[in-house]
Amino acid sequence: MSMAIWLTENSKIIVQGMTGSEGMKHSRRMLASGAQVVGGVNARKAGTEVDFDGTTLPVFGTVKEAMEKTGADVSVVFVPPKFTKDAVVEAVDAEIPLCVVITEGIPVHDTAYFWAYAVDKGGKTRIIGPNCPGIASPGKSNAGIIPADITTPGRIGLVSKSGTLTYQMMYELRDIGFSTCVGIGGDPIIGTTHIDALKAFQEDPETDAIVMIGEIGGDAEERAAAYIADNVTKPVVGYVAGFTAPEGKTMGHAGAIVSGSAGTAQAKKEALEKVGVRVGKTPSETAVLMREIMKNL
Amino acid sequence: MDLFEHQAKELFAEYGVPVPTGKVAHTPQEARAIAEELFSAGSKKVVVKAQVKTGGRGKAGGVKLADDAAEAETLAGQILGMDIKGHTVHKVLIEEGSAIAQEYYFSFLLDRANRTFLSICSVEGGVEIEEVPHDRLALVPVSPLNGIDRATARSIAEQGRLPQEALDGAAELIERLWAVFIDEDATLVEVNPLILTADGEVKALDGKVSLDDNASFRQEHDKLEDKASADPLEAAAKAKDLNYVKLDGSVGIIGNGAGLVMSTLDVVSYAGEEFDGQKPANFLDIGGGASAEVMANSLEIVLSDGDVKSVFVNVFGGITACDAVANGIVAAYKLLGERGETVNRPLVVRLDGNNAELGRQILTDAALPGVEQVDTMDDAAKRAAELAAAGA
Repeated sequence: MSMAIWLTENSKIIVQGMTGSEGMKHSRRMLASGAQVVGGVNARKAGTEVDFDGTTLPVFGTVKEAMEKTGADVSVVFVPPKFTKDAVVEAVDAEIPLCVVITEGIPVHDTAYFWAYAVDKGGKTRIIGPNCPGIASPGKSNAGIIPADITTPGRIGLVSKSGTLTYQMMYELRDIGFSTCVGIGGDPIIGTTHIDALKAFQEDPETDAIVMIGEIGGDAEERAAAYIADNVTKPVVGYVAGFTAPEGKTMGHAGAIVSGSAGTAQAKKEALEKVGVRVGKTPSETAVLMREIMKNL
Repeated sequence: MDLFEHQAKELFAEYGVPVPTGKVAHTPQEARAIAEELFSAGSKKVVVKAQVKTGGRGKAGGVKLADDAAEAETLAGQILGMDIKGHTVHKVLIEEGSAIAQEYYFSFLLDRANRTFLSICSVEGGVEIEEVPHDRLALVPVSPLNGIDRATARSIAEQGRLPQEALDGAAELIERLWAVFIDEDATLVEVNPLILTADGEVKALDGKVSLDDNASFRQEHDKLEDKASADPLEAAAKAKDLNYVKLDGSVGIIGNGAGLVMSTLDVVSYAGEEFDGQKPANFLDIGGGASAEVMANSLEIVLSDGDVKSVFVNVFGGITACDAVANGIVAAYKLLGERGETVNRPLVVRLDGNNAELGRQILTDAALPGVEQVDTMDDAAKRAAELAAAGA
C-alpha cells in the first residue's frame, strides 16, 4: 500500500474538457503514463466516445453522472477560461474529492468565486490551481500536464508555484525520486497552497523530505515559513525565483509582481532560512542541497 | 493593467461615484483652456496633477494648486516632461479645487492569503496607507458570493470610524465602488483620499484602479491601454503574443515557463557579477511549445534590442521534448533568413529534460552560426554573460 498525497494508483480521473485540443492531448499523455483516466465531461458531446490509442473513453454530460458511472474521484479541468468558473462549480456541486484546474488565464474574480463557493459547500472538494501543471505521484498516477517520464518514484515531496521549475527539479533528482509533485500555480488566488501541501507531506509516511519552490509576489512563502516552524519536522529545501525582477513588472504569472517592499524574493528567502529551511541560490544548487539531505537521512 | 488617475476617475464617474470636475491636458495651452472653463464655472482654485502610474507625485512636485488660468498654464509647463520615479509626465489632470474638511482612505483589493476580496477603510487618509497604524485600519473581508449592499457598505465605513456626517455619503460611494470592482474585473480600486467636503459631500479626490488582463475576453479594457508610454519592444512583442518584459541589461533571455525564465534572470545576474556586471536584457517566456514561428519571433524581438550582446536560450524539455525544441531553433534560423534577418549575436543554448541528447545532436549537426551549446543552466548563464561582456 503506497501512500503519496491526494493522488494514488487507485485514483480514477475524469477530464472536463476532454474533447478539446489540450484535453485530448493530455488525456492521451495521462493514459500513457499509467493514470486511470476513466472518462470525460462535455454536455454537448454526452454519449459519445473518444478513442485514445486503443483505450475508448466515454463522454458524460455532467461531472455527477461521470462520477456515478465510473466511480471517478478526481477531475482535471481543461475547459477555456470563459467556462472554467462554471466547470469548477459543477465539480464542487458533484462533491468530487479533487479538482485540478489546469486552465491558464482565468479572471481572478472567477477563481475567487469558485473558491468561495467550494468553501461555502463545506470544503468537500480540494481544488488545485488554476493555471497549474497539476499533480503527479510518479509510478502511481498523474492528473494534469506534468511530464511523468522525467522522473521516478521515490520519497521526496515537491510543491511548486512554477511548472517548468517543477519539471526541472523532478528531472535533476530523478535518481532519488518523488512521492508526489504538486504544481499549485502562480495566480494571485489559488486553491491548494504551499501550506496545504506541506501539511500533507508532513503526514505522509512515504515522504521523507520536501522541496518547496516559490516565486515573487504575495506572501505565501513567508506564511509557509511560519507554518514550517510550528508544524513541519521533515527537512525542507527551498528555492525562490525572481531575485532580479524589478518592482511593478509582472513576470509571466499574474501573481508574480513585486509591489513596494512586499513580495520580494529576498524577503521570502530570509523568512525560509530563519526557520531552518536551506534555500538554494539556483535550481541546481537546490537539487544539490536536497541530494545531501537524502544521503544523510 | 494599472490605470492613470484620470482614467480611474472617468470610470468612477460612469458608475456614479462623485469626483471633482476636471479634464486631461497634454500641453500648457490645453491646461490653460481647461482651467479657464473651470474658473468660469465657479472654481476658486484649480489643481494641476501629473498623470503617472506611480505614488509620491505630491512629494515630487507633481501636484500644484493654481489661482488663475495663467498660473495653471505655467504649472502645467513645469510638470509636463517631469520625471517622477522613472516615469515621464506626458499629461496632467486639471481639476477644480475641493474644499476639504476631512480625508479618509478606502479600497477594495484581493486578499491573496485568505483567497477572497478585502475592503480597507480608515478615518485616516491622504497619507500613504502603509504609514497608518494598524488599529486605525478596518480590514473587512468581502465574500465573492454575497458582495456588498448599502448596509454592508455603511458597516464598513463605520468600522473605519468615519464620522456620522460622512456615513451616508460614504456608504453610497462604497457601494458604487464595489460595482466598479466587480463589473470591471478590477484587482484594486483605491481612493486615497476619500474626502468630506466643507459642504458635506463625500467625494473621491484620487483614484487608483488595476484591471485584470485575464478578463479581456469579457471587458473592453483595450481602449484604456497606455500605448503612448509603452515600451516599443514590449508593444511589438505583445502584438506577436509573446510574454516579454524589457529590462536594462545585455544578455537576451528566451526560456519556457514563467518560473524558469525568472530563475534564468537570477542565474544570469549572478553569473554576470564575474563579467563586469552583465545583466539580463529581458524576460521572455515562450510558454509550452517551441514552434519555429514562436522561436523566430522571439529571436527577432530580443535581437531588435540594441543593448543585447548575447542571447541565452534556456529550455527545459517537459511536455515539448528537446528534439522538438532543437528543430524549432533550426527552423527559426531558416525563417529569419527568409525574412531577411540574420542572427548577428552569439546564442548560448541549454537544452535539458526529455530527449536532451537528441536535441543537442540536432543542434550540433545543424552547426548554426554563432550557436554554442552548454549542458547546464548555471554554466550556460556564465558563458552568455562572458560573451555579452566580450561583445560590449
